[in-house]
Amino acid sequence: MNALADIAAPAGTDALVDSRFTVPGMRCAGCIGKVERGLGAVPGVEAARVNFSAKRVAVRHSAEIDPFALIGELEKLGFEAQLASDNPLAQDDRETRMLLRATAVAGFGMMNVMLLSVSVWSGAGGVTKDLFHWLSALIAIPVIAYAGRPFFSSALMALSHRRTNMDVPISIGVLLATGLSLYETVTGGQHAYFDGATMLLFFLLCGRALDAMMRGRTRAGIGALLGRMGRSASVVQADGSTRRLATDQLFPGMVMIVAAGEALAADGEVIEGHGAIDNAMLTGESEPEPVGPGQMVHAGSMNLTAPLTVRITATASDTVIAEIARLMDEAGQSRSRYVRIADRASRLYAPAVHTLALAAFAGWMIAGAGWYQSLVIAIAVLIITCPCALGLAVPAAQVTAASALLKQGVLVKDGSALERLAQVDMVLFDKTGTLTLGEPVPDLSMLDAGQKSAALALAERSRHPLSVGLAKALHDEGVTAAPVKEVLETAGHGLTGMMGGLAVALEKPEQAGTSVASELRLGDRTVMIPFRDRLREDAAEVVASLKQQGIPVSMMSGDRSDAVRDVASELGLFGRCGMKPEEKLAELERLKALGHLPLMVGDGLNDGPALAAAHASIAPGSASDASQQAADAVFLGTRLAPVLAALKISRRTMQIVKQNFGLAIGYNVLAVPLALAGYVTPLIAAIAMSTSSLIVVANSLRLARSGR
Amino acid sequence: MTSLVFLIPIALLLGLGGLAAFFWAMRSGQFDDLDGAANRILIDEDEDGDEASEEDKP
Repeated sequence: MNALADIAAPAGTDALVDSRFTVPGMRCAGCIGKVERGLGAVPGVEAARVNFSAKRVAVRHSAEIDPFALIGELEKLGFEAQLASDNPLAQDDRETRMLLRATAVAGFGMMNVMLLSVSVWSGAGGVTKDLFHWLSALIAIPVIAYAGRPFFSSALMALSHRRTNMDVPISIGVLLATGLSLYETVTGGQHAYFDGATMLLFFLLCGRALDAMMRGRTRAGIGALLGRMGRSASVVQADGSTRRLATDQLFPGMVMIVAAGEALAADGEVIEGHGAIDNAMLTGESEPEPVGPGQMVHAGSMNLTAPLTVRITATASDTVIAEIARLMDEAGQSRSRYVRIADRASRLYAPAVHTLALAAFAGWMIAGAGWYQSLVIAIAVLIITCPCALGLAVPAAQVTAASALLKQGVLVKDGSALERLAQVDMVLFDKTGTLTLGEPVPDLSMLDAGQKSAALALAERSRHPLSVGLAKALHDEGVTAAPVKEVLETAGHGLTGMMGGLAVALEKPEQAGTSVASELRLGDRTVMIPFRDRLREDAAEVVASLKQQGIPVSMMSGDRSDAVRDVASELGLFGRCGMKPEEKLAELERLKALGHLPLMVGDGLNDGPALAAAHASIAPGSASDASQQAADAVFLGTRLAPVLAALKISRRTMQIVKQNFGLAIGYNVLAVPLALAGYVTPLIAAIAMSTSSLIVVANSLRLARSGR
Repeated sequence: MTSLVFLIPIALLLGLGGLAAFFWAMRSGQFDDLDGAANRILIDEDEDGDEASEEDKP
């Protein structure tokens, strides 16, 4: 949308498309260079541009390249990547930009009007004063008309629904002040309040813009989830030939052929072929599942080994993955009903301010001050009670906290997430990929050098997760692959090959034990290679620390294996296994109904609905894109400590927010009686207003230190 | 007094100039990736810069 558009496509290349990827692993300048240069070197890629703040890459490439191939290229560069849906940020982006523009305009108006006002306050009189008032009006009226729009439209919206919000007193104050100032200017009067009106708008817009930036981090989620589904499928035609059809052209009853390495585009029943599918996104089970004729396979899962022929049973919105998306959407909506602190405050605040201003007007009228004097005082009350400091109290603290957390490797996506995180009273963890690292690590102690190199030669050829983990571990040890030929992969069974005259194999063990393992065979000697999914290094400390703080911790896992029991006993917490996405969701709903405020930490797509339903949720950076979208915060790295940091800093933030409210209200308590008494001149009002705002901002900046 | 006739328009024009510059910067997407801009300055444009960037990979 921005920099990409600037890179002009050369004439003649008509079929260029944009793809966007989320690459959470980018952390430094080197990564930007690597990704942009690496992708740029791929044939067919026109340009790649990293957006570092959003951890995204926009790639412009020819239509022949499959976006999933680009994910492979990114993996080769050492970055995990996920396809992001088409610019879900557009909406939020526009709001933030509009507010930033309005802030700039208000700032411009404020400074120039103030320049003129200071001269008037310092005693300019006669023609000069009138000239300056006219100039102020000339600057201020267009500025207010432009910069005030966010408030006016919101106030109108509220009034048209017979409600009131914080924007109503602001709008009334600004409009009345402007109208009265214009009247003063035309009649050559003493005071004009253009400075007050523009300054009010400027400080309020600062708060709004900060708030919008915070919310801008939230990304739309559902599109990305559905993006994981295959986008097209090879459908067998009546004459036996196959044709590539897009997902929306698929219908139940069609027969599709799913090649190895292809993502399924629809739910269906296998009618031919044996293979293994990676179902992790639906079940959370990290092991590939062997499938054969008669078994159901689901959209979004990946066919790992051999081609399968599948008869489609459900497409598009009827698929299991679409069901998860729907659950996530619904759960998220129920949470977004949570009322933001500032809104709650304003619900009390707006009527109070109106009453006060009205009382001031009525009181001075009764006292016989004349309608003009009474109106001036009423406006002074409206302006001085201006929720400038109140408007900044929450966003300033939240933005500072968010950047402090970012330094700790936690990306908070929404200001209200900090409010919710601070209230959490229990923590639920997913197992695979959350408490554990989610990648099987082999125990290599039983292997000698020759066996290692043979194992590497075989493991390198396969995309099976165990093979990938084995190959990685062997690579890390500096093992070189033995010359193995005729490597064959049998789905759900293993790999075979010939090393010299010796038959070698890397297979699933004969007796399937309770733990995950592979069997390496060299001639007639066999060795078992056990695999373990390691705990995150500080998982035990984090769990202990949470318990120490009096926060109960438990585990919900989709795995059915005994691994759940091992982890639970190692960490000393209560764990449940074999939970389906809807069961996790139901459990959270149950806890919430009991009055608990649970924090969900999980990574799998199967955790998506639970993440969306929990009072607050955190996902690791290795989580699927959709889970990251559903979560309130994402933490990076292999340690679990950022979860603790997020809880600590969010609580600190709420303390600061409360202090800010205290300061803002304290200021009003001092200033309002003065305004009511009619002692407030424009100069005093302006100084008091900005001082209170600056104090609130300074107080919020203290949060930046708590990050360390 | 006559100096005001020049100074006020100049002040206004300078302000407007700044405002226009901000609008232009925002329209051209310079605020989209603030962290990236801070990091990009460290990237060497020439190809042999790769080794340097290998080191600061986390």
